[in-house]
Amino acid sequence: MGEILAASLVNGLLTGGIYALVALGLTLIYGVLHIVNFAHGSLLMMAMFGTWLLAAQLGIDPYLALPLMTAVMFAVGWSLYRFVIGRISRGDDRAILLATLGVAVVLDNLALVLFTGNTRQIETPWTFAVLEVGPLLISVPKLISFGVALILAALLWSFMARTDMGRAIRAVAREPEGARLMGIRPDRIFALAYGIGTALLGAAACLLLPIFYVSPGVGSVFVLVAFTIVVLGGMGSFPGALVGGLLIGMTESVGGLVLGESLGPISISLVFIATLLLRPTGLFRGAR
Amino acid sequence: MLEVRKLSKRFGGLQAVRDVDLDVAAGSITALIGPNGAGKTTTFAIIAGFIKPDDGRVRLAGQDVTGWRPDRIAAAGMARTFQITQPFAALTVAENIRVGSYLRCRSPAEAMRRARSIGEELGLGPQLDLAAGALTVAGRKRLEIARAFATLPKMLLLDEVMAGLNPTEINEIIGLIRSIRDRGVTILLIEHVMQAVAALSEHIFVLAEGAVIAQGSPQEIANAPAVIEAYLGKGAAERMQRHA
Amino acid sequence: MKRAIVIAGITAVALAPFAFNSQYLVNIAMLTALSAVMGQAWNIAGGFGQMTSFGHAAFFGVGAYTAAILQTRWGLSPWLGLPASFVTGGLLGGFIGILSFRAGLRGSYFALVTLAFAEVLRVLANSLDFTRGGLGINIPLKQGLANFQFHNRQSTYALVLLMLVLTTGVAMFIKRGRFGARLVAAGENEDAASALGVDLVRTKTIGLATSGAFTALAGVVYTQTYLYIDPSIAFGVERSIEMLLVAMIGGAGTIAGPILGAIALHAVAETSHFFIDAPGFAPLLYGATLLVIIGFLPRGIAGLGARWSRA
Repeated sequence: MGEILAASLVNGLLTGGIYALVALGLTLIYGVLHIVNFAHGSLLMMAMFGTWLLAAQLGIDPYLALPLMTAVMFAVGWSLYRFVIGRISRGDDRAILLATLGVAVVLDNLALVLFTGNTRQIETPWTFAVLEVGPLLISVPKLISFGVALILAALLWSFMARTDMGRAIRAVAREPEGARLMGIRPDRIFALAYGIGTALLGAAACLLLPIFYVSPGVGSVFVLVAFTIVVLGGMGSFPGALVGGLLIGMTESVGGLVLGESLGPISISLVFIATLLLRPTGLFRGAR
Repeated sequence: MLEVRKLSKRFGGLQAVRDVDLDVAAGSITALIGPNGAGKTTTFAIIAGFIKPDDGRVRLAGQDVTGWRPDRIAAAGMARTFQITQPFAALTVAENIRVGSYLRCRSPAEAMRRARSIGEELGLGPQLDLAAGALTVAGRKRLEIARAFATLPKMLLLDEVMAGLNPTEINEIIGLIRSIRDRGVTILLIEHVMQAVAALSEHIFVLAEGAVIAQGSPQEIANAPAVIEAYLGKGAAERMQRHA
Repeated sequence: MKRAIVIAGITAVALAPFAFNSQYLVNIAMLTALSAVMGQAWNIAGGFGQMTSFGHAAFFGVGAYTAAILQTRWGLSPWLGLPASFVTGGLLGGFIGILSFRAGLRGSYFALVTLAFAEVLRVLANSLDFTRGGLGINIPLKQGLANFQFHNRQSTYALVLLMLVLTTGVAMFIKRGRFGARLVAAGENEDAASALGVDLVRTKTIGLATSGAFTALAGVVYTQTYLYIDPSIAFGVERSIEMLLVAMIGGAGTIAGPILGAIALHAVAETSHFFIDAPGFAPLLYGATLLVIIGFLPRGIAGLGARWSRA
């Protein structure tokens, strides 16, 4: 029994790495633009379809495709903000909320039209590989994902902390008017932040595809998880997103174990509701 | 009418309000002044129920309203305006005022009659059917006052109502405030515009660094060294004496 | 004079479906009217009170399941489903409202929590025996007025039309009354409303409960028309989004908005079939329409009408 629990926790922890990656993007977007990006799940879904196309049609392994997908998704996110979301909403909170929802609806259904509702899966050499660590069997792709997610998180952190661009982003996150007075253009930074947040989804997609299916509806599966993580970790807090991701990965795993396959997903929604009602600032204090 | 005793509030490392005692006599116009950051707005917010104090009591007409929600305090008879005006943009000026009237009146028609009448009295007659968002700054200030007044308060808290107004407008609002007081409403105002403070107030409390450093009539306050120093810095009173 | 024309026009449009020969067209009219009911109900919370809910399917589903379970499990008259669902929908709205507003949730956070509640209900419906899990509930076919099953769509349409008139009437009543004004104030600016004596939690919760109650009625009609309900149909995100779209595209906070929005969306759906007949194309257009509306017509289609009436 203890072994099953331990295995569940470890696997949950590892999956949590990918979740953390998804959440990092969301938290970056929230921290800088102060919007809840409802299109996040749909963008992940699009990235997964992109990765799937590369794998299924061109035979490119998702792990190899990672740098390409990250770059492509950056361009997608940047353009989406620059030409659609930013243009439409003109700074009104409710308008931005609805704009990201609109984008989500468009993307979800575009995928439905283009790819139909069928789920698709690929198999890579690594999909079923396991590693034996003591009594536990650890899924290799999950281990790889965990590692890559940590590396990307570290890269993101050093970008934000050490580069001028990163400092500019943090400045705009904290004080857009002040940043503007320093010669930084907030709208440029918003597009940049949105692009980076989306780029992380490109990476997450490549890590997910070997072990998960893709379908037009897969976005909504991740949306709630991502939001839960971000709220739990503290909106706008990077360490929060990381820790939150790992915690949620474990919660999902153990929740499925305890409550069963059917009722399992409820554990995340309940954690989410509880956090919003009891401690909306999250475990770590976020950007705001 | 209003009795504040030992009111205190700390935000993290900053003691924003420190043992503040205030007395506002019924039917009077009292002012709360002090340099920026003195804690005036925080004190107001606590009195009106928007912030909970760490310590102290607020009594309105003898009733302890400490820590009450703003809407209960409004129902008890204390209304406030906001420094940065907050009109309900989607509603007309008359409808805005009517929200205030609705506190004391259930019928839409009656509430509208009262709202329009108050609007006329407070100089908003021509704008009653315009969208509230279309008003000028001065108009918005009048709307703030009208809305609060529509709740038929015993006491009105005015938060920097004169800010952003030109001298003509200031004089008009001074007249407005006097006429409201003449109807029996007690007034407590935060103000930076000294002309208005001097013209209106019967009693003044001076706040600096969260504490009351002086109180008295406008005359007394104008000459009090502590007050001068609070605004102009240490030694200023002495310097002024020497040059007088 | 303009008013008379408008009223005559509306009546003509509303009664037209009774003259249709095609059941297909009457069905579309019925669905449009049903969307309008849901949009009107959503509008009470999301339009007047600016409580933008992304999870209103929770109320729809609760209404649908209440009706289905009362009939199939306890053999009660299907007509009882209407008042019963009204109550369960309202209670759910009150529950979610009290929890959310006491915690001070608004804007995006409120939208998220409603999404989460709808999702919780979906998973519960999918897992519990009480709701027959993923199989859903079938209503046995027993036509007849007593069984709340109509043999032609015209009758269903008549019922939904009545519901629309009722819901619109309630919305108008709220909008012109004291409660509505205070709800709008609370939605516009909480601090200012509170300073004027509006009890925020109470007002918003009542608004949400009312909205939920009427949304639940739509769920009952759906169940009785299609004789089947399952967790995705009842609580799916698409349902929540549809309600939101109808109200926002038509014009949130207005009375005509949800009706116009429902007509617009269904018109888009039906004509889009001629161009691309793939599932998802119509909703894609809905999403695009929402973006266009937010960007260029923030007050929705009804906003255009307002300009016309002032002209």
